[in-house]
Amino acid sequence: MATALPVRAQVPAAGQATKQHASWSPYDDNGGTVVAVAGDDYCIVAASTRMSTGYSILTRNKSKILRLNPKCVVASAGMQADMETLHKMLHSRHVTYQFNHRRPMSCPATAQLLSNTLYYKRFFPYYTFNLCAGLDDEGRGAVYTYDAIGSYERVGYGCQGSGKELIQPVLDNQLKAASPLVLPQQQWLSSLPLEQAVDLVKGAFVSAGERDIYTGDDVEILIITKDGIRTDSLQLKRD
Amino acid sequence: MMRISCPLIDGPATSAAQDACGLRELGVGGAPVDSFPLPAVQDIDSFEREVVEYVKPNHGTTTLGFIFQGGVIIAVDSRASQGSYISSQTVKKVIEINPYLLGTMAGGAADCQFWERNLGRQCRLYELANGKRITVRGASKLLANTMFSYRGMGLSMGTMVAGWDEAGPGLYYVDSDGQRTKGKLFSVGSGSLYAYGVLDEGYRWDLSVEEAVELGLRSIYHATFRDAASGGTVSVYHVTQEGWTKVRGEDVGELHFRFYPDPAKHPCNSVDPLAV
Repeated sequence: MATALPVRAQVPAAGQATKQHASWSPYDDNGGTVVAVAGDDYCIVAASTRMSTGYSILTRNKSKILRLNPKCVVASAGMQADMETLHKMLHSRHVTYQFNHRRPMSCPATAQLLSNTLYYKRFFPYYTFNLCAGLDDEGRGAVYTYDAIGSYERVGYGCQGSGKELIQPVLDNQLKAASPLVLPQQQWLSSLPLEQAVDLVKGAFVSAGERDIYTGDDVEILIITKDGIRTDSLQLKRD
Repeated sequence: MMRISCPLIDGPATSAAQDACGLRELGVGGAPVDSFPLPAVQDIDSFEREVVEYVKPNHGTTTLGFIFQGGVIIAVDSRASQGSYISSQTVKKVIEINPYLLGTMAGGAADCQFWERNLGRQCRLYELANGKRITVRGASKLLANTMFSYRGMGLSMGTMVAGWDEAGPGLYYVDSDGQRTKGKLFSVGSGSLYAYGVLDEGYRWDLSVEEAVELGLRSIYHATFRDAASGGTVSVYHVTQEGWTKVRGEDVGELHFRFYPDPAKHPCNSVDPLAV
Protein backbone atom coordinates (compact mmCIF):
# COMPACT_ATOMS: atom_id res chain seq x y z
CA MET A 1 0.00 0.00 0.00
CA ALA A 2 1.13 3.50 -0.74
CA THR A 3 2.48 5.32 2.26
CA ALA A 4 0.43 8.51 2.08
CA LEU A 5 -3.02 7.01 2.19
CA PRO A 6 -5.34 8.55 4.76
CA VAL A 7 -5.25 7.08 8.20
CA ARG A 8 -7.43 7.97 11.14
CA ALA A 9 -7.38 11.78 11.54
CA GLN A 10 -5.40 13.17 14.43
CA VAL A 11 -7.67 14.43 17.17
CA PRO A 12 -6.42 17.90 18.20
CA ALA A 13 -5.83 18.56 21.87
CA ALA A 14 -8.56 20.33 23.82
CA GLY A 15 -8.57 24.08 23.25
CA GLN A 16 -6.57 23.82 20.02
CA ALA A 17 -9.34 22.23 18.02
CA THR A 18 -9.92 23.91 14.68
CA LYS A 19 -13.46 24.45 13.53
CA GLN A 20 -14.77 21.34 11.78
CA HIS A 21 -17.70 20.86 9.44
CA ALA A 22 -20.58 19.21 11.23
CA SER A 23 -20.57 16.45 8.70
CA TRP A 24 -18.27 15.59 5.85
CA SER A 25 -19.96 14.07 2.87
CA PRO A 26 -17.52 12.89 0.23
CA TYR A 27 -20.09 11.30 -2.05
CA ASP A 28 -22.21 12.56 -4.94
CA ASP A 29 -24.56 10.58 -7.15
CA ASN A 30 -23.97 11.39 -10.80
CA GLY A 31 -26.59 8.92 -12.02
CA GLY A 32 -26.50 6.83 -15.17
CA THR A 33 -27.52 3.30 -16.05
CA VAL A 34 -25.47 0.36 -17.32
CA VAL A 35 -26.80 -2.89 -18.77
CA ALA A 36 -25.12 -6.09 -19.93
CA VAL A 37 -26.61 -9.17 -21.58
CA ALA A 38 -24.69 -12.40 -22.19
CA GLY A 39 -25.49 -14.76 -25.05
CA ASP A 40 -24.11 -18.07 -26.29
CA ASP A 41 -21.28 -16.41 -28.22
CA TYR A 42 -21.71 -12.69 -27.61
CA CYS A 43 -22.02 -10.12 -24.89
CA ILE A 44 -23.81 -6.77 -25.12
CA VAL A 45 -22.79 -3.92 -22.84
CA ALA A 46 -24.67 -0.63 -22.86
CA ALA A 47 -24.40 2.55 -20.81
CA SER A 48 -26.23 5.85 -20.86
CA THR A 49 -23.94 8.84 -21.37
CA ARG A 50 -25.68 11.51 -19.28
CA MET A 51 -23.92 12.73 -16.16
CA SER A 52 -25.90 14.78 -13.64
CA THR A 53 -25.81 16.13 -10.12
CA GLY A 54 -29.14 16.79 -8.45
CA TYR A 55 -31.39 18.34 -11.11
CA SER A 56 -28.45 19.70 -13.17
CA ILE A 57 -27.08 17.94 -16.22
CA LEU A 58 -23.29 18.30 -16.20
CA THR A 59 -22.60 16.66 -19.57
CA ARG A 60 -24.43 14.63 -22.19
CA ASN A 61 -21.56 12.47 -23.39
CA LYS A 62 -19.62 10.80 -20.60
CA SER A 63 -18.63 7.24 -21.37
CA LYS A 64 -19.07 4.86 -18.44
CA ILE A 65 -17.39 1.85 -20.05
CA LEU A 66 -13.76 0.87 -19.61
CA ARG A 67 -12.46 -1.36 -22.43
CA LEU A 68 -9.69 -3.45 -20.96
CA ASN A 69 -9.22 -5.81 -23.90
CA PRO A 70 -11.29 -7.22 -26.80
CA LYS A 71 -12.85 -9.79 -24.47
CA CYS A 72 -13.48 -7.84 -21.29
CA VAL A 73 -14.96 -4.48 -20.31
CA VAL A 74 -16.09 -2.86 -17.06
CA ALA A 75 -19.12 -0.56 -16.93
CA SER A 76 -19.80 1.61 -13.89
CA ALA A 77 -22.57 3.89 -12.68
CA GLY A 78 -22.67 5.97 -9.51
CA MET A 79 -20.16 8.72 -8.72
CA GLN A 80 -18.03 9.89 -11.64
CA ALA A 81 -14.90 10.68 -9.61
CA ASP A 82 -14.81 7.22 -8.03
CA MET A 83 -15.58 5.60 -11.39
CA GLU A 84 -12.67 7.42 -13.01
CA THR A 85 -10.31 6.41 -10.20
CA LEU A 86 -11.48 2.81 -10.28
CA HIS A 87 -11.12 2.59 -14.06
CA LYS A 88 -7.61 4.08 -13.95
CA MET A 89 -6.65 1.56 -11.29
CA LEU A 90 -8.05 -1.41 -13.23
CA HIS A 91 -6.40 -0.18 -16.42
CA SER A 92 -3.00 0.08 -14.76
CA ARG A 93 -3.38 -3.35 -13.17
CA HIS A 94 -4.30 -4.74 -16.57
CA VAL A 95 -1.18 -3.26 -18.20
CA THR A 96 0.98 -4.69 -15.41
CA TYR A 97 -0.68 -8.09 -15.81
CA GLN A 98 0.12 -8.08 -19.54
CA PHE A 99 3.79 -7.31 -18.86
CA ASN A 100 3.98 -10.19 -16.38
CA HIS A 101 1.92 -12.80 -18.22
CA ARG A 102 2.24 -11.78 -21.89
CA ARG A 103 -1.50 -12.08 -22.44
CA PRO A 104 -4.59 -10.03 -21.65
CA MET A 105 -6.42 -10.75 -18.44
CA SER A 106 -9.40 -13.09 -18.85
CA CYS A 107 -12.88 -11.97 -17.96
CA PRO A 108 -13.24 -14.23 -14.87
CA ALA A 109 -9.86 -13.02 -13.59
CA THR A 110 -10.81 -9.38 -14.13
CA ALA A 111 -14.06 -10.07 -12.27
CA GLN A 112 -12.18 -11.34 -9.19
CA LEU A 113 -9.72 -8.42 -9.41
CA LEU A 114 -12.59 -5.93 -9.46
CA SER A 115 -14.13 -7.62 -6.43
CA ASN A 116 -10.88 -7.41 -4.45
CA THR A 117 -10.32 -3.81 -5.58
CA LEU A 118 -13.75 -2.82 -4.31
CA TYR A 119 -13.37 -4.73 -1.03
CA TYR A 120 -9.99 -3.20 -0.35
CA LYS A 121 -11.91 0.07 0.05
CA ARG A 122 -14.36 -1.60 2.44
CA PHE A 123 -14.19 1.16 5.05
CA PHE A 124 -14.25 4.06 2.55
CA PRO A 125 -15.98 2.51 -0.45
CA TYR A 126 -15.92 3.54 -4.08
CA TYR A 127 -19.40 4.89 -4.70
CA THR A 128 -19.72 2.91 -7.93
CA PHE A 129 -22.05 0.17 -9.09
CA ASN A 130 -20.32 -2.05 -11.58
CA LEU A 131 -20.77 -4.69 -14.22
CA CYS A 132 -17.87 -6.68 -15.61
CA ALA A 133 -18.74 -8.20 -18.97
CA GLY A 134 -17.15 -10.02 -21.90
CA LEU A 135 -16.44 -13.54 -23.08
CA ASP A 136 -15.21 -16.32 -20.78
CA ASP A 137 -12.46 -18.84 -21.57
CA GLU A 138 -14.92 -21.00 -23.54
CA GLY A 139 -16.07 -18.02 -25.64
CA ARG A 140 -19.49 -17.74 -23.99
CA GLY A 141 -20.90 -14.40 -22.90
CA ALA A 142 -20.17 -13.56 -19.26
CA VAL A 143 -21.67 -10.89 -17.02
CA TYR A 144 -20.69 -10.26 -13.39
CA THR A 145 -22.66 -7.92 -11.11
CA TYR A 146 -21.32 -6.27 -7.96
CA ASP A 147 -22.41 -4.29 -4.97
CA ALA A 148 -20.35 -1.23 -4.01
CA ILE A 149 -18.07 -3.13 -1.64
CA GLY A 150 -17.22 -6.10 -3.82
CA SER A 151 -19.69 -8.94 -3.39
CA TYR A 152 -20.11 -10.38 -6.86
CA GLU A 153 -21.88 -13.06 -8.83
CA ARG A 154 -21.91 -14.33 -12.41
CA VAL A 155 -25.28 -13.82 -14.09
CA GLY A 156 -26.85 -14.11 -17.55
CA TYR A 157 -27.77 -10.43 -17.68
CA GLY A 158 -27.49 -7.48 -15.34
CA CYS A 159 -28.33 -3.85 -14.79
CA GLN A 160 -26.83 -1.28 -12.41
CA GLY A 161 -27.28 2.40 -11.69
CA SER A 162 -30.14 4.84 -11.40
CA GLY A 163 -32.40 2.99 -13.86
CA LYS A 164 -31.95 -0.48 -12.43
CA GLU A 165 -35.36 -0.63 -10.75
CA LEU A 166 -36.93 0.16 -14.15
CA ILE A 167 -34.80 -2.01 -16.44
CA GLN A 168 -34.02 -5.12 -14.39
CA PRO A 169 -37.68 -6.28 -14.25
CA VAL A 170 -37.94 -5.95 -18.05
CA LEU A 171 -34.82 -8.06 -18.51
CA ASP A 172 -36.16 -10.60 -15.97
CA ASN A 173 -39.40 -10.80 -17.93
CA GLN A 174 -37.66 -11.42 -21.26
CA LEU A 175 -34.56 -13.37 -20.29
CA LYS A 176 -35.07 -15.11 -16.93
CA ALA A 177 -33.88 -18.69 -17.03
CA ALA A 178 -33.64 -21.40 -14.38
CA SER A 179 -31.53 -20.54 -11.34
CA PRO A 180 -27.96 -21.87 -11.52
CA LEU A 181 -28.52 -23.29 -8.03
CA VAL A 182 -31.27 -25.79 -8.88
CA LEU A 183 -30.58 -29.51 -9.01
CA PRO A 184 -30.54 -31.24 -11.41
CA GLN A 185 -28.56 -28.53 -13.23
CA GLN A 186 -30.50 -26.67 -15.91
CA GLN A 187 -29.60 -24.28 -18.70
CA TRP A 188 -29.27 -20.89 -16.99
CA LEU A 189 -27.74 -18.73 -19.72
CA SER A 190 -30.48 -17.10 -21.78
CA SER A 191 -29.79 -17.49 -25.47
CA LEU A 192 -31.49 -14.83 -27.53
CA PRO A 193 -30.26 -14.19 -31.09
CA LEU A 194 -27.88 -11.21 -31.04
CA GLU A 195 -30.09 -8.81 -33.02
CA GLN A 196 -33.08 -9.50 -30.77
CA ALA A 197 -30.99 -8.96 -27.66
CA VAL A 198 -29.70 -5.60 -28.97
CA ASP A 199 -33.28 -4.51 -29.66
CA LEU A 200 -34.28 -5.58 -26.15
CA VAL A 201 -31.51 -3.50 -24.58
CA LYS A 202 -32.39 -0.48 -26.73
CA GLY A 203 -36.07 -0.81 -25.86
CA ALA A 204 -35.25 -1.03 -22.16
CA PHE A 205 -33.17 2.17 -22.31
CA VAL A 206 -35.90 4.07 -24.20
CA SER A 207 -38.36 3.07 -21.46
CA ALA A 208 -35.99 4.02 -18.64
CA GLY A 209 -35.34 7.38 -20.35
CA GLU A 210 -39.05 8.15 -20.12
CA ARG A 211 -39.18 7.75 -16.32
CA ASP A 212 -35.68 8.25 -14.91
CA ILE A 213 -34.27 11.79 -14.94
CA TYR A 214 -30.71 10.44 -14.72
CA THR A 215 -30.99 8.29 -17.86
CA GLY A 216 -31.07 10.13 -21.18
CA ASP A 217 -29.17 11.79 -24.05
CA ASP A 218 -27.33 8.81 -25.60
CA VAL A 219 -26.63 5.16 -25.05
CA GLU A 220 -23.22 3.73 -25.86
CA ILE A 221 -23.56 0.07 -26.89
CA LEU A 222 -20.70 -2.42 -27.21
CA ILE A 223 -21.22 -5.77 -28.88
CA ILE A 224 -18.49 -8.19 -27.89
CA THR A 225 -17.94 -11.29 -30.07
CA LYS A 226 -14.95 -13.49 -30.83
CA ASP A 227 -14.13 -11.09 -33.70
CA GLY A 228 -13.72 -8.16 -31.34
CA ILE A 229 -15.79 -5.25 -30.10
CA ARG A 230 -18.33 -3.58 -32.37
CA THR A 231 -20.01 -0.36 -31.29
CA ASP A 232 -23.54 0.85 -31.75
CA SER A 233 -25.38 3.80 -30.28
CA LEU A 234 -28.87 4.99 -29.52
CA GLN A 235 -30.17 8.54 -29.21
CA LEU A 236 -32.48 9.16 -26.30
CA LYS A 237 -34.46 12.29 -25.65
CA ARG A 238 -32.37 15.19 -24.38
CA ASP A 239 -34.93 16.63 -21.96
CA MET B 1 1.96 2.84 -7.78
CA MET B 2 -0.81 2.30 -5.35
CA ARG B 3 -1.21 -1.32 -4.42
CA ILE B 4 -4.75 -2.39 -4.77
CA SER B 5 -4.22 -6.08 -4.32
CA CYS B 6 -5.03 -6.95 -0.78
CA PRO B 7 -2.11 -8.47 1.11
CA LEU B 8 -4.62 -10.86 2.65
CA ILE B 9 -5.25 -12.40 -0.73
CA ASP B 10 -1.83 -12.45 -2.31
CA GLY B 11 0.42 -12.15 0.69
CA PRO B 12 3.84 -13.79 0.90
CA ALA B 13 3.41 -17.53 0.45
CA THR B 14 7.14 -18.21 0.64
CA SER B 15 7.63 -18.39 4.38
CA ALA B 16 4.77 -20.82 4.93
CA ALA B 17 6.88 -23.91 4.33
CA GLN B 18 9.62 -22.95 6.78
CA ASP B 19 7.14 -21.99 9.44
CA ALA B 20 6.72 -25.38 11.06
CA CYS B 21 3.27 -24.99 12.51
CA GLY B 22 2.16 -22.42 9.96
CA LEU B 23 0.97 -20.15 12.72
CA ARG B 24 2.75 -17.07 11.45
CA GLU B 25 0.87 -17.27 8.19
CA LEU B 26 -2.34 -18.32 9.81
CA GLY B 27 -2.23 -15.94 12.72
CA VAL B 28 -4.58 -13.14 13.57
CA GLY B 29 -6.19 -12.30 10.24
CA GLY B 30 -2.86 -12.16 8.44
CA ALA B 31 -2.79 -8.41 7.88
CA PRO B 32 -2.89 -5.32 10.04
CA VAL B 33 -6.12 -3.38 10.10
CA ASP B 34 -4.51 -0.29 8.54
CA SER B 35 -3.87 -2.01 5.20
CA PHE B 36 -7.41 -0.94 4.37
CA PRO B 37 -7.44 2.82 3.77
CA LEU B 38 -9.71 4.64 6.22
CA PRO B 39 -11.57 7.91 5.68
CA ALA B 40 -9.97 10.97 7.34
CA VAL B 41 -12.76 11.48 9.83
CA GLN B 42 -12.80 11.52 13.61
CA ASP B 43 -15.92 9.45 14.08
CA ILE B 44 -15.42 6.34 11.94
CA ASP B 45 -18.52 4.70 13.35
CA SER B 46 -21.00 7.37 12.25
CA PHE B 47 -19.19 7.72 8.91
CA GLU B 48 -19.59 4.00 8.27
CA ARG B 49 -23.27 4.26 9.12
CA GLU B 50 -23.66 7.07 6.58
CA VAL B 51 -21.77 5.06 3.97
CA VAL B 52 -24.14 2.13 4.40
CA GLU B 53 -27.02 4.50 3.50
CA TYR B 54 -25.24 5.32 0.24
CA VAL B 55 -23.83 2.04 -0.97
CA LYS B 56 -26.60 -0.24 0.38
CA PRO B 57 -24.64 -3.48 0.54
CA ASN B 58 -26.38 -6.81 -0.12
CA HIS B 59 -28.16 -8.18 2.96
CA GLY B 60 -30.82 -10.59 4.19
CA THR B 61 -30.73 -14.34 4.63
CA THR B 62 -31.92 -17.54 6.18
CA THR B 63 -29.33 -20.24 6.78
CA LEU B 64 -29.30 -23.30 9.03
CA GLY B 65 -27.09 -26.18 9.96
CA PHE B 66 -27.38 -29.17 12.26
CA ILE B 67 -25.52 -32.30 13.22
CA PHE B 68 -27.40 -35.59 13.38
CA GLN B 69 -26.71 -39.30 13.26
CA GLY B 70 -25.89 -39.20 9.53
CA GLY B 71 -23.52 -36.21 9.46
CA VAL B 72 -24.12 -32.48 9.03
CA ILE B 73 -26.92 -30.79 7.07
CA ILE B 74 -26.53 -27.24 5.79
CA ALA B 75 -29.47 -25.48 4.14
CA VAL B 76 -29.71 -21.92 2.82
CA ASP B 77 -31.91 -19.63 0.74
CA SER B 78 -30.52 -17.50 -2.11
CA ARG B 79 -31.94 -13.97 -1.89
CA ALA B 80 -29.92 -10.77 -1.53
CA SER B 81 -31.59 -7.42 -0.98
CA GLN B 82 -30.39 -3.82 -0.89
CA GLY B 83 -32.99 -2.11 1.26
CA SER B 84 -36.33 -3.11 -0.22
CA TYR B 85 -34.85 -3.88 -3.66
CA ILE B 86 -34.14 -7.56 -4.36
CA SER B 87 -30.67 -7.39 -5.87
CA SER B 88 -30.37 -11.12 -6.58
CA GLN B 89 -32.36 -14.33 -6.27
CA THR B 90 -29.42 -16.56 -7.17
CA VAL B 91 -26.76 -15.87 -4.53
CA LYS B 92 -24.56 -18.80 -3.58
CA LYS B 93 -24.69 -18.60 0.21
CA VAL B 94 -22.78 -21.80 0.87
CA ILE B 95 -19.09 -21.20 0.32
CA GLU B 96 -17.19 -24.35 -0.50
CA ILE B 97 -13.94 -23.80 1.39
CA ASN B 98 -12.51 -27.22 0.48
CA PRO B 99 -14.02 -30.70 -0.15
CA TYR B 100 -14.51 -31.22 3.61
CA LEU B 101 -15.40 -27.71 4.79
CA LEU B 102 -18.37 -25.45 4.15
CA GLY B 103 -19.08 -21.90 5.25
CA THR B 104 -22.47 -20.23 5.18
CA MET B 105 -23.19 -16.61 4.45
CA ALA B 106 -25.44 -14.22 6.40
CA GLY B 107 -25.09 -10.47 6.85
CA GLY B 108 -23.02 -8.41 4.43
CA ALA B 109 -22.47 -10.40 1.24
CA ALA B 110 -19.11 -8.83 0.48
CA ASP B 111 -17.79 -9.35 4.02
CA CYS B 112 -18.76 -13.04 3.93
CA GLN B 113 -17.50 -13.63 0.40
CA PHE B 114 -14.17 -11.94 0.97
CA TRP B 115 -13.31 -13.35 4.39
CA GLU B 116 -14.43 -16.89 3.66
CA ARG B 117 -12.37 -16.85 0.48
CA ASN B 118 -9.53 -15.67 2.67
CA LEU B 119 -10.30 -18.52 5.09
CA GLY B 120 -10.07 -20.98 2.19
CA ARG B 121 -6.62 -19.60 1.42
CA GLN B 122 -5.51 -19.94 5.04
CA CYS B 123 -6.82 -23.52 5.21
CA ARG B 124 -4.91 -24.44 2.03
CA LEU B 125 -1.71 -22.94 3.45
CA TYR B 126 -2.24 -24.98 6.63
CA GLU B 127 -2.52 -28.14 4.50
CA LEU B 128 0.69 -27.32 2.65
CA ALA B 129 2.57 -26.51 5.85
CA ASN B 130 1.39 -29.48 7.91
CA GLY B 131 0.59 -32.18 5.36
CA LYS B 132 -2.86 -32.75 6.80
CA ARG B 133 -6.27 -31.14 6.60
CA ILE B 134 -7.25 -28.46 9.08
CA THR B 135 -9.90 -29.37 11.66
CA VAL B 136 -13.28 -27.66 11.74
CA ARG B 137 -12.28 -26.33 15.13
CA GLY B 138 -9.08 -24.85 13.67
CA ALA B 139 -10.75 -23.35 10.62
CA SER B 140 -13.51 -21.70 12.63
CA LYS B 141 -10.91 -20.30 15.02
CA LEU B 142 -8.96 -18.75 12.13
CA LEU B 143 -12.13 -17.00 10.97
CA ALA B 144 -13.07 -15.93 14.51
CA ASN B 145 -9.58 -14.48 15.06
CA THR B 146 -9.87 -12.50 11.82
CA MET B 147 -13.27 -11.20 12.86
CA PHE B 148 -12.02 -10.29 16.33
CA SER B 149 -9.16 -8.25 14.87
CA TYR B 150 -11.67 -6.15 12.91
CA ARG B 151 -14.10 -5.75 15.84
CA GLY B 152 -15.88 -2.41 15.93
CA MET B 153 -15.02 -1.62 12.29
CA GLY B 154 -18.56 -2.32 11.11
CA LEU B 155 -18.12 -5.70 9.46
CA SER B 156 -21.33 -7.71 9.31
CA MET B 157 -21.10 -11.47 9.12
CA GLY B 158 -22.93 -14.38 10.71
CA THR B 159 -21.57 -17.68 9.52
CA MET B 160 -21.55 -21.36 10.26
CA VAL B 161 -18.43 -23.36 9.56
CA ALA B 162 -19.34 -26.99 9.01
CA GLY B 163 -17.29 -30.01 8.04
CA TRP B 164 -15.81 -33.38 8.90
CA ASP B 165 -12.43 -34.07 10.49
CA GLU B 166 -10.76 -36.79 12.62
CA ALA B 167 -13.12 -35.87 15.49
CA GLY B 168 -16.17 -36.53 13.30
CA PRO B 169 -18.77 -33.99 12.23
CA GLY B 170 -18.20 -30.39 13.31
CA LEU B 171 -20.35 -27.27 13.37
CA TYR B 172 -19.37 -23.82 14.63
CA TYR B 173 -21.10 -20.46 14.65
CA VAL B 174 -18.79 -17.50 14.03
CA ASP B 175 -19.86 -13.86 13.73
CA SER B 176 -18.41 -10.41 13.15
CA ASP B 177 -18.41 -9.60 16.88
CA GLY B 178 -15.79 -12.31 17.26
CA GLN B 179 -18.16 -14.77 18.88
CA ARG B 180 -17.46 -18.44 18.19
CA THR B 181 -19.68 -21.23 19.50
CA LYS B 182 -19.61 -24.96 18.98
CA GLY B 183 -23.02 -26.54 18.63
CA LYS B 184 -25.32 -29.16 17.16
CA LEU B 185 -27.95 -26.88 15.67
CA PHE B 186 -27.86 -23.28 14.47
CA SER B 187 -29.88 -20.97 12.30
CA VAL B 188 -28.56 -17.56 11.26
CA GLY B 189 -30.03 -14.55 9.46
CA SER B 190 -33.15 -12.43 9.31
CA GLY B 191 -35.33 -15.51 8.75
CA SER B 192 -33.60 -17.62 11.38
CA LEU B 193 -36.37 -17.47 13.94
CA TYR B 194 -38.88 -18.85 11.49
CA ALA B 195 -36.46 -21.62 10.54
CA TYR B 196 -35.82 -22.42 14.22
CA GLY B 197 -39.54 -22.94 14.75
CA VAL B 198 -39.75 -25.67 12.16
CA LEU B 199 -36.30 -27.06 12.89
CA ASP B 200 -36.73 -27.44 16.67
CA GLU B 201 -40.08 -29.08 16.14
CA GLY B 202 -38.76 -31.70 13.71
CA TYR B 203 -35.21 -32.33 14.94
CA ARG B 204 -34.13 -35.67 16.38
CA TRP B 205 -30.62 -37.09 16.61
CA ASP B 206 -31.63 -40.32 14.87
CA LEU B 207 -33.20 -38.69 11.82
CA SER B 208 -32.48 -40.64 8.63
CA VAL B 209 -30.48 -38.77 5.98
CA GLU B 210 -33.57 -38.48 3.81
CA GLU B 211 -35.62 -37.05 6.72
CA ALA B 212 -32.85 -34.66 7.73
CA VAL B 213 -32.51 -33.25 4.21
CA GLU B 214 -36.27 -32.83 4.04
CA LEU B 215 -36.29 -31.05 7.45
CA GLY B 216 -33.61 -28.59 6.31
CA LEU B 217 -35.51 -27.92 3.10
CA ARG B 218 -38.81 -27.46 4.92
CA SER B 219 -37.31 -25.11 7.55
CA ILE B 220 -35.81 -22.80 4.93
CA TYR B 221 -38.97 -22.93 2.86
CA HIS B 222 -41.08 -21.77 5.81
CA ALA B 223 -38.58 -19.03 6.58
CA THR B 224 -38.84 -17.73 3.00
CA PHE B 225 -42.61 -17.80 3.40
CA ARG B 226 -42.64 -15.46 6.41
CA ASP B 227 -39.40 -13.46 5.99
CA ALA B 228 -39.52 -11.00 3.08
CA ALA B 229 -35.72 -10.80 2.98
CA SER B 230 -35.37 -14.54 2.27
CA GLY B 231 -36.32 -16.38 -0.91
CA GLY B 232 -35.15 -17.65 -4.28
CA THR B 233 -33.99 -21.24 -4.23
CA VAL B 234 -33.31 -23.55 -1.30
CA SER B 235 -29.97 -25.35 -1.40
CA VAL B 236 -29.23 -28.29 0.89
CA TYR B 237 -25.76 -29.75 1.52
CA HIS B 238 -24.91 -32.98 3.33
CA VAL B 239 -21.49 -33.48 4.93
CA THR B 240 -20.19 -36.98 5.66
CA GLN B 241 -16.84 -38.66 6.22
CA GLU B 242 -16.31 -38.50 2.44
CA GLY B 243 -16.80 -34.70 2.38
CA TRP B 244 -19.74 -32.58 1.32
CA THR B 245 -22.23 -33.08 -1.48
CA LYS B 246 -24.96 -30.75 -2.64
CA VAL B 247 -28.10 -32.86 -2.42
CA ARG B 248 -30.93 -30.43 -3.21
CA GLY B 249 -31.54 -27.23 -5.11
CA GLU B 250 -35.21 -26.29 -5.35
CA ASP B 251 -37.10 -23.20 -6.45
CA VAL B 252 -39.23 -21.81 -3.63
CA GLY B 253 -42.12 -21.16 -6.04
CA GLU B 254 -42.31 -24.84 -6.87
CA LEU B 255 -41.81 -25.96 -3.26
CA HIS B 256 -44.91 -24.03 -2.26
CA PHE B 257 -47.08 -26.21 -4.45
CA ARG B 258 -45.37 -29.33 -3.18
CA PHE B 259 -46.04 -28.47 0.46
CA TYR B 260 -49.48 -27.05 -0.26
CA PRO B 261 -50.90 -28.81 -3.35
CA ASP B 262 -54.30 -27.21 -2.72
CA PRO B 263 -53.80 -23.46 -2.17
CA ALA B 264 -57.31 -23.11 -0.72
CA LYS B 265 -56.31 -25.40 2.16
CA HIS B 266 -53.48 -23.09 3.25
CA PRO B 267 -54.33 -21.13 6.41
CA CYS B 268 -53.36 -17.89 4.62
CA ASN B 269 -55.92 -18.44 1.87
CA SER B 270 -58.73 -20.39 3.45
CA VAL B 271 -62.22 -18.96 3.83
CA ASP B 272 -62.93 -17.20 7.12
CA PRO B 273 -65.37 -19.49 9.01
CA LEU B 274 -66.58 -16.56 11.14
CA ALA B 275 -67.68 -14.64 8.06
CA VAL B 276 -70.28 -17.24 7.05
